[in-house]
Formats: sequence, C-alpha cells, structure tokens
Amino acid sequence: MSTQLENSRITPTGQPVRLRTALRNWMGDSPALLVGAISLCALLALPILSVVSNVFRQSNGTIAHLADTILAEIVFDTVGLLVMVGIGTAVVGTTCAWLVTMYRFPGSRVLGWLLLLPMAMPGYIIGYAYTDLLNYSGAVQSGLRAAFGWGRQDYWFPEIRTLPGVSVMLTLVLYPYVYFLARAAFMDQSATALDVARTLGHGGRDRFVRVALPLARPAIAAGLALALMEALADFGTVQYFGINTFTTAIYRTWFGMGDRVAAGQLASALLLFVAALVLLEQWARRQGRVHRTGSKDNPLRPTALNGWRRWLAVSICLLPVVLGFVLPVLILGRLHVQGGDVLFGWRFLKLAATTFSVAALAATLVTAAGLFVAYALRLSRSNVTRAFLQLATFGYALPGTVIAVGVLIPLGAFDNAVDDAARRMFGMSTGLLLSGTVAGLLFAYLVRFLAIASGTINAGFGRIPTNMDHAARTLGCTSGGVMRRVHAPLLGRSIVTAGVLVFVDVLKELPATLIIRPFNFDTLAVRVHQLAADEQLAQASTGALVIVAIGLISVGLLSGLTSNRGRQSHQG
Amino acid sequence: MSTKTIGRRSFLAGTTGLVASMAAPSVVRAQEKVVNLYSSRHYDTDERLYSDFTQATGIKVNRVEAQPDALLERMKAEGANSPADVFISVDAGRIERAREMGLLQPLNSSVIKTAVPANLRDPEDHWFGFSSRARVIMYNKDKIKVGDISTYEDLADPKWKGKILNRSSTHIYNQSLTGSILAALGDVKTEAWCKGLVANFAHPPKGGDRDQIRGCAAGEADIAISNTYYLGNIIKKPEAKDADVLTKIGIIFPNQADRGTHANISGGGLAASAKNKENGIKFLEYLLTPAAQSYFAEGNDEYPVVAGVPLPKTLAAFGTFKQDQLNARVYARNNAEALKIMDRAGWK
Repeated sequence: MSTQLENSRITPTGQPVRLRTALRNWMGDSPALLVGAISLCALLALPILSVVSNVFRQSNGTIAHLADTILAEIVFDTVGLLVMVGIGTAVVGTTCAWLVTMYRFPGSRVLGWLLLLPMAMPGYIIGYAYTDLLNYSGAVQSGLRAAFGWGRQDYWFPEIRTLPGVSVMLTLVLYPYVYFLARAAFMDQSATALDVARTLGHGGRDRFVRVALPLARPAIAAGLALALMEALADFGTVQYFGINTFTTAIYRTWFGMGDRVAAGQLASALLLFVAALVLLEQWARRQGRVHRTGSKDNPLRPTALNGWRRWLAVSICLLPVVLGFVLPVLILGRLHVQGGDVLFGWRFLKLAATTFSVAALAATLVTAAGLFVAYALRLSRSNVTRAFLQLATFGYALPGTVIAVGVLIPLGAFDNAVDDAARRMFGMSTGLLLSGTVAGLLFAYLVRFLAIASGTINAGFGRIPTNMDHAARTLGCTSGGVMRRVHAPLLGRSIVTAGVLVFVDVLKELPATLIIRPFNFDTLAVRVHQLAADEQLAQASTGALVIVAIGLISVGLLSGLTSNRGRQSHQG
Repeated sequence: MSTKTIGRRSFLAGTTGLVASMAAPSVVRAQEKVVNLYSSRHYDTDERLYSDFTQATGIKVNRVEAQPDALLERMKAEGANSPADVFISVDAGRIERAREMGLLQPLNSSVIKTAVPANLRDPEDHWFGFSSRARVIMYNKDKIKVGDISTYEDLADPKWKGKILNRSSTHIYNQSLTGSILAALGDVKTEAWCKGLVANFAHPPKGGDRDQIRGCAAGEADIAISNTYYLGNIIKKPEAKDADVLTKIGIIFPNQADRGTHANISGGGLAASAKNKENGIKFLEYLLTPAAQSYFAEGNDEYPVVAGVPLPKTLAAFGTFKQDQLNARVYARNNAEALKIMDRAGWK
C-alpha cells in the first residue's frame, strides 16, 4: 500500500482522489505511524492538560496578590537563571566538545568521557556540598577567620547562595547535555567541509565559528533546551539558595496558600514560556537550514596540539570535571567518612538494585517512545501535528511534583472508571490497577523524560539527509523499513545516548518516584532526599556517592560503546 | 533466524509477566493483617516504632513517605479505592487541609481523647497531634545575655538590625509561627512585626534550620530562629564543624510571661477511604503509648504530647516551658493569610 502511495507521490498529476491527497498532506506517507505517535502523545499530554486546565478556573485573588508582591522578583530571577545557565552550559559544553573531538592533547580521550560525569550529580547535592564548603560557617571561611583572626566585618568573601551562585551550580551539572549532543554532532561532521574552510585560509577558530558551529547548531540547541528545561523545573537547589523562581512560586502558592488553581495557572505560564523558547529556536533554525554535505568517506582527523596550546586545552577540559565532579565527590567522601549513612551495607545493595532496575526499565521504555515520536516528527508535514507531538515533551520543564500530581489524576480517573464498570457489569471490584504500581511510575517517567529521548534522537535525525529516506522509499521500503534499515544503523549513537541520559536522570529522579511509588518502594534518590530534607548532609553523602558511582559506570560503558560504534562507522 | 524469533518472543512474554506482576499488587496477600500509611515523616528512628507495632499486634505497616500536599493529591485522585488507612503529617496545616479536602473521617477514640490535650486535637475529631515541635529563639552566648530578648515580638526591635538568621517563608514552620502571631496580634500588627523582623535579617533567608544554628554559632549573626529538635539532633550527632554549636548556642523559649511558645505538631488521622479501619485506629492509638512517645522524644528530639512521659537528657537540658495553648487548627487555617503577609513584608 505504501508503495502505491509512494508511486502516486512521484506522479501526482491527474490523481483524482482528493481525500487521499488531503490525508497525505496532513499525515505524510505513513498514516499508521503518525496515528500511533499522536495517540501516544495524547496519552502523555493528559497529565500536562490536567495542570493546564486550571487556567479556566477562578482563583481567589492569589495571582493578584503575587503580582503586587513577588512576581517581579520571580520573573527577574527566572530569566536571570535561564540566561546564566544558558550561556554557561552552551559555552562549557560546546567548547569542551570541540576540543576533545578536533584535537589530540594529553588525556584528551579520557577527558572525552570524564566530561560527562557531572551529569550523575543531583543539582541539590552539589549545591549542598559547595555550601558546606564555602558558606560563612563552612571550612574555607572558618579557616580564613581562624588563620587571620578575622571577624565577620573584616573580610569580603563571595556569597555562594546567590543567583550567580545557583547558576554556576546548575551549569556544572547540566552542561553535559550540551556537551554530549555537541560532541556527537562534531564527530559526525565530515572533514570535507572543514578542509574546504582550511583551503580558503580559515584558521582553527574560524573553522569552528563559521563551519562546525552552524552545522552542529541543531544538536547544541537540543542540548541547551534540555538543560534550560531542567533548570526551570529545579526546586531543591534554588530553594536551598533562597532564589525565587517560577517553580518555587508554584510550590509556595500550592503548599503555602493551598491554592491549587493559582499554582496550576503559574505552571501554565511556565509552559507558555517554554513553548515560546521552542518556537524561537525552531524559527532560528529555519532561518539557517543545515544541509548535510559530506559523507563518512572522509572522517575527521584530530589535530595534535603542541606547546602551551595543549596545556591550555587540558586545563579548559579539566576545569568542569574538577568543579562538577572531583571536588564535590571529595567533599561528599569526607562527609561520608565523618558520619555516613547508618544503613550503609546490605540495605544499600537492595536500594541500589531497585534503583538500577527501575532506571534500566525506564530507559528502555522512554528511549523506544522517544524514537517513535522523533520519527513521527520527521515524517509529519503538518505544523499542527508537529506542535502536538512537541506538546507531549513539555512535561520535562514542569516542576517534578506538579507533573507527578498531573500523572496521578488521569491514573486515578482511569482506575476508578474501570472499577466502576467492573462493579456494574460483573459485580466485582478491580480496585486500583495502575495507581501506586511500578507501571504507574514508569508512565510518570515517560511523561517526564520523553523530551530527553525524543530531543536527542531528533537531533540525530537532523544529521541524516531526508533524500536518503526518499531514495529508500523509492526503492520500495516501507516507513518501518526505512527506520530499520537506514535510520537505525545511522542513529545508533543517538539512541544509546538517549538511553543513558534517561537512565541517569531516572537514577536521580525524586518527586515523581516519591509520590507515585508503591508501598515500601525505596530508591537511592529517595533515601538521599529523606536525609537531606532533614538537613543531615553527612548521612546523605553516602547515597549520593552510590548514585554517582552507578552513573559513572554507566557513562563509562556508554563511552566505550559509542566510541566503538564511531570507529566502525568510520571504517564502513 | 529462528533463534532470534524465539528470543524476541520469550523477551515479550517475560516483559508482559513482569508488567503484570507490577500492576495490582494490592490483590496479592489480601489475607495479611496490614495498615497502610501515607506519611510525611521520614526519620530513621521511626523504623523501630513501626517494627515494635508489628511485633505487638501482628499488623504489618506499609508505607509511602512523601511531601504532604502531594500525598493528599494522591489520596484525592485515588478516591474511594485509595489503599491509604492513615495519613500522617509533620505540621498542623497539612492535616487540617486533609480534613478540609474531605480525606479524613472522625476518630471516635476515647483513648485519643483522654491522652491528647485539647489544643492539640481537631475540635471535630478528625485528627490529633502525637508529638510537638517548639519553634524557639537560639542565641550566641558570646553576644547575647539571658534577658536581652524574651518574646517573638522582640525580634522586630530595630536594635537587632543585621543580627537575626531565619529560613525562607516558603517553609511551613515559619508560616505556622506567623499564623500563631496573627491569631495573637491581628493582621496589622503581624505585618508590622514581619517587616521589623525582615529588616533585622543578617542576609536574605537561605538554607534550613541547621544552617541558621551553625551560622549563629560561627558568629554570622547573634540570633537564629529554629525548631528545638534540630539543635537536639546536632548535639546528639555532632559533625566535625559543630564544635561551636555545642558550646556557644543557648535557647530562649519565647513569650513565657504571656501566651507561651509556639509549638507545631506532627499529626495523624484516619483516611476516609480506610479499608483497614480497625488497624488504623489501633496504630494511631499506639502512637500515644509511653513507648511510642519516648521514641519521638529520644529518637528525634520532639516533645511528647502525653503527660507524664519522661524527657530524654537532651530535651531535659533545654528546660521546661509553657506552650502556646492556641488550638492547632487556628494557626493551621491562618497559614495562607500568614504567607501573604510575609510576602508583603518582603520575607523571601
């Protein structure tokens, strides 16, 4: 059937079937796939809609109160956070990715994957660790006071718990999203384009700015979008640092004032913000559409750096690793030695096993869904469909607890509807089928993390020219066949990347796990949170270190996998 | 090729089985005697509390621990089918909210009525406090002498400019404190008090109660506002950096000459949907036994609510004090208004 459609596409003149044409204009060549993707996204959009539906309800003057008091500060802090984290992650991530892919210097290969490590560090943990070191009663300032006999007024020291401070913290743990995607994009670039630039007399910096950067822009933008959405949704770190963002305002309104409607309205405003960012990015991308030119016949050959340049490159790449990983791990390690988790031992093995299995299950599920949605985005020709598919990924930008409650509502409604029906028809109760089960939890992870998987894979698709699809379809391949035989081999690295990103995010995930989990179901992140919420950082350090260790192993495995794949495809 | 097919098939079968076993675990083991807790307590020391209960009664304690408001949303979404038997909060505001949302049912327990003082119970019998947490003034002994400050109202005195540490108004403990002051002073005076207090902050609020205590001990400010159990926890398990806290921090129980010190509660109630109602009541009554009460006191340095339970050493060292007799429901209901006042006063 699809071949028929394909033929009709090639010779469109004189086709009398208008309905089919209309359908095709809307759905593209693969209606089944698109209908599937749209249904999936509709399902995943339900929690978001249950939050947004508050817009149409009347709140009792809370929004007006906020506008009179703290709204200006919220907007300022939120925008400030986005700008600083945006610049920070883009600069750190892209620069390091460029250096480790284009040049050879001492340790460049190892640094290639060391740079991913800070990703495994939960934002609020790194915030606690640095505060413990740098605040007034912390080791550094106490040491200075003791050494020089200073009092409070006698010296100036930068206050870590400020807007710039929290931006640095979040940059340190979020830049790997940009780095990861940018590196994959740089690795896929052919040397041809860069050689042309070289022939035209452009130096290293020029080749980067005028050739490689524009080519990698979709990937960098995708990574940046993930980093910014996570920064917007962060509660633990900004709250600890005393910064008021949209997310803390949502929590205050909901928990403090008990106004769920106003909280839902604020969350909707947050989503509007995200939608605007996404649209802006897409518009910008359309202004400078990227065409892939080169082929794998001419792979990149990294240049060896000499003299001071090599040490400069080493220092630049080492800095984020030291600040985002080594130093916090040392602080946590010291705390663990001073007074680690009393449950450390075999209880921890059980926690680690639960965490690992649920993260692996979620990573598989979310990546599969992400692949499906990204492919649908590629095939779809209608802007409305595309916008709808994107809507389903916005769960990532909503504060975790808000989206988790958004998940509870449709789950509960479904369970109770089924129960009602069963009671009426069979006189028996089915109770709650999904609420409070691991299946319900996996649904929540799907809603929260689809953006990571589909964004990463979408960026991968961006590097495969569409004329390759057309060629395959002309040769009689179905849309599924194109996926299996053309895309899958080319997308390998993106798919593995997506899987690992989701895996690490689920390792750290807290709000949804906390609220949707079954009875007596604990993960490492839950354990760390219980102690950290009670301000017992020393005890919490143990769990945080184990999360980091699992993250480290998986990132290590990934780096082995992707670099092998990379080499194979270079040879092939 | 054929092995590949089999592999995929058995993988699918395995996955289906796994998913099926994950769904509907509530159906399994219906015979077992259980009580299902939705709790916002998360203290290790409570584990013995639960295991003792199981040992004494044969009733297994199942737990989901999360933030209270999220738990309430879960109960609401799950509706009449919710497995929750008992809801436990760590403040009065949330347990009163549970009642307002219709998620609790009357307790009808004479044990609870006789053991718990009236000001720590819902007048309509939907919830009660089983431990209390006093919010007090802590001071650096190098800087302040006893008698320099004695009430919450004093905290707004301009002479303390730049000398007070307190956490964010986002936190419920500050909302409840302000709610109790709102009940005592009315909204105009409460807003003036908030503005005076905010003007005295050493810096905009950051961190938790322990941070305020440590900052005060290190000399960042003279006064910190905190719940007593954080200090008790530090004294019992000091970290290397806490040497100053142990020697320099003193406690003042405010307003001893008038209404008394504000104390919040950790409260419990019976879920409206409770399937194991009897076990739920048994569990709630168990929380008031002398053994359970001393777990709260010794384990987490909370104050017992039942008269005659001896205080552990740490708490006894703080001294006894007069508690504000305002019913917990009043300041609980004042939370939202209190937060608006705090917003207007610029308390971040």
